Amino acid sequence: MLQVKNLQAQAEGKEILRGINLEVSAGEVHAIMGPNGSGKSTLARVLAGHPEYEVTGGTVLFEGRDLLEMEPDERAREGVFMAFQYPVEIAGVNNAYFLKAALNAKRKHHGQQELDAVEFMALIRERAKALDIEQGMLNRAVNEGFSGGEKKRNEIFQMALLEPKLAILDETDSGLDIDALKIVSHGVNALRSPDRATIVVTHYQRLLNYIVPDYVHVLSAGRIVKSGGKELALELEQKGYGWIEAA
Amino acid sequence: MTQVAEKLHPWVSAAPPVAGPRWLQALRERGTARFRALGFPTVRDEEWRFTNVSPISNGDFRPAGPSPVTLNRLAQFIYGDAAHRLVVVNGRFSPELSRLDGLPQTVRAGSLAGVLHGGQQEDSDLAQEHLGALADVDDRAFAALNTAHLDDGAYVFIADGAVVEDPLQILFVSSPDAGSGAPVSHPRLLVVAGENSQARMVETYVGTGGSYFTNGVTEVVVGEGAVLDHYKVQQESLAAFHIASMHVRAARSSTFSSHSFSLGGKLVRNDAIATLDGQGAEVTLNGLYLADGERLVDNHTTIDHAQPHCPSHEIYKGILGGTARAVFNGKIIVRQDAQKTDAKQTNRALLLTDGALINTKPQLEIFADDVKCTHGAAIGQLDEDALFYLRARGLTQAEARDMLIHAFAGEIIHRVKVEPLRLAIETELYAQLARDLAEIDAA
Ligand SMILES: Nc1ncnc2c1ncn2[C@@H]1O[C@H](COP(=O)(O)OP(=O)(O)OP(=O)(O)O)[C@@H](O)[C@H]1O
Ligand SMILES: [Mg+2]
Repeated sequence: MLQVKNLQAQAEGKEILRGINLEVSAGEVHAIMGPNGSGKSTLARVLAGHPEYEVTGGTVLFEGRDLLEMEPDERAREGVFMAFQYPVEIAGVNNAYFLKAALNAKRKHHGQQELDAVEFMALIRERAKALDIEQGMLNRAVNEGFSGGEKKRNEIFQMALLEPKLAILDETDSGLDIDALKIVSHGVNALRSPDRATIVVTHYQRLLNYIVPDYVHVLSAGRIVKSGGKELALELEQKGYGWIEAA
Repeated sequence: MTQVAEKLHPWVSAAPPVAGPRWLQALRERGTARFRALGFPTVRDEEWRFTNVSPISNGDFRPAGPSPVTLNRLAQFIYGDAAHRLVVVNGRFSPELSRLDGLPQTVRAGSLAGVLHGGQQEDSDLAQEHLGALADVDDRAFAALNTAHLDDGAYVFIADGAVVEDPLQILFVSSPDAGSGAPVSHPRLLVVAGENSQARMVETYVGTGGSYFTNGVTEVVVGEGAVLDHYKVQQESLAAFHIASMHVRAARSSTFSSHSFSLGGKLVRNDAIATLDGQGAEVTLNGLYLADGERLVDNHTTIDHAQPHCPSHEIYKGILGGTARAVFNGKIIVRQDAQKTDAKQTNRALLLTDGALINTKPQLEIFADDVKCTHGAAIGQLDEDALFYLRARGLTQAEARDMLIHAFAGEIIHRVKVEPLRLAIETELYAQLARDLAEIDAA
């Protein structure tokens, strides 16, 4: 589904990604771990098409197509979804209104009929319940005044609505209490299927108890320096990153 | 000096058709004298630093004559077939276009000239008491010029305790007349809201095309405990000059709320001056303006806290495109006696193009020590992070941009409590924005 080859990227003249290689097949869950500042968010943002980053080398294929050639919104409509590490507050844009626009943009792109207000409300009511999103959150401005946990749940709620093929979750677990973590993990797992894939960026093993990865990668200074199975996450939890970086 | 006097002469030479009572003549004479002394402001004048009115002072203007405008022509400017409306064309009250028969008996409204040259004693007494009491002609040249011509326009007198359900629309129309050269009119509006009265009014300035100059003055007296919800919609023709000042005095425990929408005009200056003149008075002055092309929109506000325990609220927002210029100057005065003042001011402008420019400054003059005054300004382009967030969810660059711009304007528009008015403003603003954005995309 996703093939990243020797990907290099920079921002403000600073080299951040220094040759990432990563292959994600449909049905898989990949965890990306690594110390602060190693480039995890940058990788996620480059895949989503953030204009702040300049790709200076390498290729990314998504379902065989050149992902880097696509505008960020086209990537989204094609099924790439990034849950933001820091979701943006958007004053004055009603959350439900925004979600409807996003969902209908995608449906239109795929030649499906757009949902009317009634159909849409029915759909979000059903999805909201599963993620413990109250009606109040839907009627407020996007992320505005949301608590940290509410913002993260709102990201997963958007994912549940948009049903992406490839979901990239950037530290969606940070700042969540154990109940919220379970709700979020449940949301992610509900979407798991043989034709979808997930990349979870996290610092903590505890998320991986709920969203069990097929592969774990360690990112350090802009490169993947070690890959392994889910037991690698446990090892990192015990030993930290020092032993890998030193090696 | 003689040269200046000669230049000013044509502006004040034409005497009003009917002289009227002595006090009125005296008021006009004072306006004339002050205008002659002040002359038109120049950019050397601090209050007019960024707004050059030489296209007006050097322009070829003459007093506007009657114009046969039809109700049909005005339909687009009448909100939801306004139940009560008062129409003034080229500075003259129009009984045919107005609809005042449905007004409750507690509201008297109509032609200002009617009151000045006859009418009920009670009404002429009110006019004599309040006309010119708020609109300061000492320092304000345009208000002085308006006062020099004071004759017609509109009055609205609301009785003590009256509760007026339906909004009253006061429509000032500029329409081409038989003469050549650009017409100028000096409409005047006097509103006196009695104690504990409640009403809602919409003051609209429109044009049916061409170049002209509207020089308006509005005086609003808000009685004790009264609640007045006021809207101003400036939708002049795009070649028009609009200079207007609104002077408000809010008495003890009254609430005055005003929303100003500036959507038209080529050179626009709105002054809003509100004095909180009794304990517990509350004033809101909000505004939204659109400046595109080569237009200039200048908003000057003054909120004068003269008494203790008064809150005031102010949010001004502007959207600028093309090579438009905007000016926002928000003055807040807190007098020595005005302890426990709580004044908030926010000023935001969205620049859609590199060529657009705004000059802005807050001006706080605080003479009391136990007060809360906050002000904030934010000028800039659309937030890149917000744009990316929306695009990352599948909205195109243009859709994301439109959504953010509508949200920006919506913060003010959503506060309009008169629904047909809100819809009309939305429609007009978004249509203009769509044209501006299409132009930007094509460039
Ligand atoms: N837009 C940017 N402009 C300049 N530098 C950036 C930008 N984005 C990231 N960086 C820098 O690149 C490096 C990697 O940042 P990134 O956010 O990708 O790290 P991370 O692995 O996600 O860290 P964390 O675990 O703290 O979230 C950091 O040194 C960061 O300061
Ligand atoms: Mg990060």
